[in-house]
Amino acid sequence: MGKTITEKILANASHRSEVCPGDLIWADIDVLFTHETVGPRVFAQSFEELGGKIWDPNKFAIFIDHYNLPSTIAHANVVKFTIEWAKSVGVKHFYNLCGPEHQVLIEEGFIRPGRVIIGTDSHTTTGGALGAFATGIGSTDCAFSLATGKIWLRVPTSLRINWEGTLPQGVMAKDVALRMIGTIGHGGATYKACEFAGPLIDNMSIDGRIVLSNMAVEMGAKNGIINPDEKTNQYLKTMIDAPITSIQSDEDADYEKEYYFNGDDLEPLVALPHSVDNVKTISEVEGIQIDGILIGTCTGGRYEDMEAAAHILRGKKIHPDTYAIVIPASRKIYEKMLLKGLLNIFLKAGCIVTYATCGPCAGHLGGLMANNEVRVSAQNRNFKGRSGSSTSKIYLASPLTCAASALKGELTDPRKYL
Amino acid sequence: MLKRIKGKAWKFGDNINTDLICPGPLMRLPIDQIGQAAMAGIDPDFHTKISKGDIIVAGENFGSGSSRELAPLALKKAGIEAIVAKYYARIFYRNCIALGFPIIECEEAIDKIVERDELEINVSMGKIMNITQNEEYRGTEYPKEFQEIFNAGGIIPWIKKRGIDTLRD
Ligand code: SF4
Repeated sequence: MGKTITEKILANASHRSEVCPGDLIWADIDVLFTHETVGPRVFAQSFEELGGKIWDPNKFAIFIDHYNLPSTIAHANVVKFTIEWAKSVGVKHFYNLCGPEHQVLIEEGFIRPGRVIIGTDSHTTTGGALGAFATGIGSTDCAFSLATGKIWLRVPTSLRINWEGTLPQGVMAKDVALRMIGTIGHGGATYKACEFAGPLIDNMSIDGRIVLSNMAVEMGAKNGIINPDEKTNQYLKTMIDAPITSIQSDEDADYEKEYYFNGDDLEPLVALPHSVDNVKTISEVEGIQIDGILIGTCTGGRYEDMEAAAHILRGKKIHPDTYAIVIPASRKIYEKMLLKGLLNIFLKAGCIVTYATCGPCAGHLGGLMANNEVRVSAQNRNFKGRSGSSTSKIYLASPLTCAASALKGELTDPRKYL
Repeated sequence: MLKRIKGKAWKFGDNINTDLICPGPLMRLPIDQIGQAAMAGIDPDFHTKISKGDIIVAGENFGSGSSRELAPLALKKAGIEAIVAKYYARIFYRNCIALGFPIIECEEAIDKIVERDELEINVSMGKIMNITQNEEYRGTEYPKEFQEIFNAGGIIPWIKKRGIDTLRD
């Protein structure tokens, strides 16, 4: 019987010839990372109790992205504490104000096929887009791994999610993700490895694949992985100059279940408040009044997303009663937007373009939502109270749908503007 | 052996995510006050209503969403001593093991327990006694490896006792 890519990576990481679903293993970690909200402020003492020494400073990164720039003194104090802690324990890879960690990790070359990537954030699954085993943990586990370089893992069963066809105009990777989540459900892949495959995925850009892996956790998945291919290698070659391992699922690997989707007749989709799997087509919900939109975050703030939104907003003005917040997913993306003239398009259309950060996504700062406020967002979660008041409402959609909705001040089908 | 836990049941539904268990805007609270955030996304006064030893009883996929360990920590600091649910989101489950915070998976218990029933839990055996209704439910037992971690009070005391070097094979 063949093995899945997830099983192969975990076998290597635990120095075994093979592993099977259900096995409890100790795996070596290739990259460990954390950020200020759940990082040293929570685990510094536990880490100290274990000797306070980072097992390998080359393999640990810390990000200040969630509370930046601080809007309250409490947040500012956490940021300061994190900076000081990082200095005191000799953190080598330190990223402040560079953008949400999941994007920056990719740009800095930490994410590579075959690696075990562990982070204190549920969207760590993002790294699976480049063929890594990437999964989230909490703070105490992080203290443990930071001192030992190891993590206990239970080898997951794998789901193979096959996509045929090609995406019609106006339909993006975000819509692909929402279709899967709507079908499989918010808890439908809990504890499992999701493997995305098929011609549609092969033809998808790396930016698009990243959205799928990012949102795998919205189905409860342990990881959301895509077999690396020539496209992955080309993409990685632009940022790292090291040999890239090629690791692939075997043809006869064992999957607990296979799903089949076709992109040919996919429409722009929207997840309604307050659940990621509450998915409808845009035609079913068009016309719902909104207060504003958000294009950005580690899900919908990559260059491709910005280009798509700018395409709709070019030479137009957003609706006078609507706001539009645009947050690039990294400083590098911000720079590229500046160079390529996208900043101009957004500004002239009446959008606010902020620095690269998590922004209001997790409800910390910079554009929190008021009571009963309604927003269409390219982010990954629309839980009650996620981005502010518990009576606010978030509709999840692609950057294209967000941009079109900003023009009309209501949920709008982007295909009308293409 | 883990101590027995005795307290009142507080019932919640399916898909209770960590934004409800510990809302983002309250995460800035100092860690020693994080108990005030417990379940605040559903009931901001929850922490004032419960007594030490009380037990959360919830449906499917408890603790989904963000990896924030502040969620189980908030419950623990508020005085909750165990959780019984149909199943947990995986990071939440991990966090509870790491913290030595007892959680049990049990379908039957969820369907039968009524809010404020008096419960007594034996975590290592996965046994839930409903004193009010005079019933007993059997949840899943933990693998031996996890029981060791629970017995030590979490993964940090566990590895301290065992020695970090024992992990190097
Ligand atoms: S952008 Fe949102 S989802 Fe992404 S890491 Fe930041 S808070 Fe989490």
